[in-house]
Amino acid sequence: MVIEVDSSDEFIGYAHPERLVSTGWLQEHLSSPGLVVVESDEDVLLYETGHIPGAVKVDWHTDLNDPVERDYIDGAAFAKLLGSRGITRDTTVVIYGDKNNWWAAYALWVFTLFGHADVRLLDGGRAKWEAEGRDYTTERPRPTAVDYPVVERDDSSIRAYKDDVLAHLGEPLIDVRSPEEFSGERTTAPAYPDEGALRAGHIPSAHNVPWGRAAADDGTFRRVPELDALYRGEAGLSDGDRVIAYCRIGERSAHTWFVLTHLLGFENVRNYDGSWTEWGSAVRVPIVRGSEPGEVPQRKG
Amino acid sequence: MTELPQSLAQIRDDFLELDQSDRLVLLLEFANELPELPDQFADHPDLLERVEECQAPVFIFVEVGDDGTVHLHATAPKEAPTTRGFASILVQGLSGLSADEVLDVPDDFPQTIGLTDAVSPLRMRGMNALLSRSKRQIRAKTAA
Repeated sequence: MVIEVDSSDEFIGYAHPERLVSTGWLQEHLSSPGLVVVESDEDVLLYETGHIPGAVKVDWHTDLNDPVERDYIDGAAFAKLLGSRGITRDTTVVIYGDKNNWWAAYALWVFTLFGHADVRLLDGGRAKWEAEGRDYTTERPRPTAVDYPVVERDDSSIRAYKDDVLAHLGEPLIDVRSPEEFSGERTTAPAYPDEGALRAGHIPSAHNVPWGRAAADDGTFRRVPELDALYRGEAGLSDGDRVIAYCRIGERSAHTWFVLTHLLGFENVRNYDGSWTEWGSAVRVPIVRGSEPGEVPQRKG
Repeated sequence: MTELPQSLAQIRDDFLELDQSDRLVLLLEFANELPELPDQFADHPDLLERVEECQAPVFIFVEVGDDGTVHLHATAPKEAPTTRGFASILVQGLSGLSADEVLDVPDDFPQTIGLTDAVSPLRMRGMNALLSRSKRQIRAKTAA
């Protein structure tokens, strides 16, 4: 860690409190050498309306995704992206965004695929910064391009593909979509049309814990006892479990991946980014409709 | 092929003249220009129709005047500038046209202004929905 961690009391109890910073901490450290603040939003124009002074923008849609293949960018493109934002391999990156850090967590997860060591979230994201009346600017920083090494993306430990999920059936799955999507009443989140699928429902045996339940009203993460009640209680996870989380295209579940991995300390959590848009349209994969998790299907011999 | 009304053609050409990053700047300018709702709607939110397809709470109301001209009113939160920008393009581009002219606007107009690479498909569909719901309101209001 190049820059000291935020040892705020409110992070006590989280498994990896060094993955979070508070708004106060960020304000104090804004001009620290070795720190780059990144804004990553669901609304791609929000950054332009005003951002934390010095923050650079990473657009989930145009920057992190390969434009043609349904996949993330490769090591060379990632090196170019981060280098252009003034980020070196040793830089402490703090990411924040709108909608309870939904896309910020997604960006953090993608950074983690490339093994960027020190990447943290601003607890509460844009909403909290704004609610506290802190500064925004429309001035775009012009970082000097730096060298970022070309590292190969490592999908093996925190990303699941469809076949991984098929092989995983019988072990814990968390579906973080809305109850209506889970039950099969609809294929898309309320107010989020399309990116749909041919079938509605969920992956057999998945527990439904909508992602937003991990956030408090002010956008900060809920404390450990509340998170425990959700994931260890309602969803029945136990220490040592291997878990796969999914949603519709893998963004909401990146938020849950962050919660399970960094706040609750589960060590083997993967995000299935193909998620329901892939699973719900794939040929000969089992689904369940209704609000119960459902049984794991017998494997066909 | 139907000719675009001059107002929309101008907006499209303005976008297409720019490179990708400047198109977002122009969209932001549109977002900032979205007119406030006239008082009669501000006091009567029940008159407005929610555009469920959009990712932010967006509401529209279409007025068709006695002379047949259309005025679109829309509201969208400041935290949703992309959606505000789309609404503003339509508010500015459709207002003052005749009902028939609006109904003749190609449904794929949102796809033709050069933003599909900058904005996710999901958002483009929000703008499509704004257009199609506006047309539907016009059809309902001119059917009598």
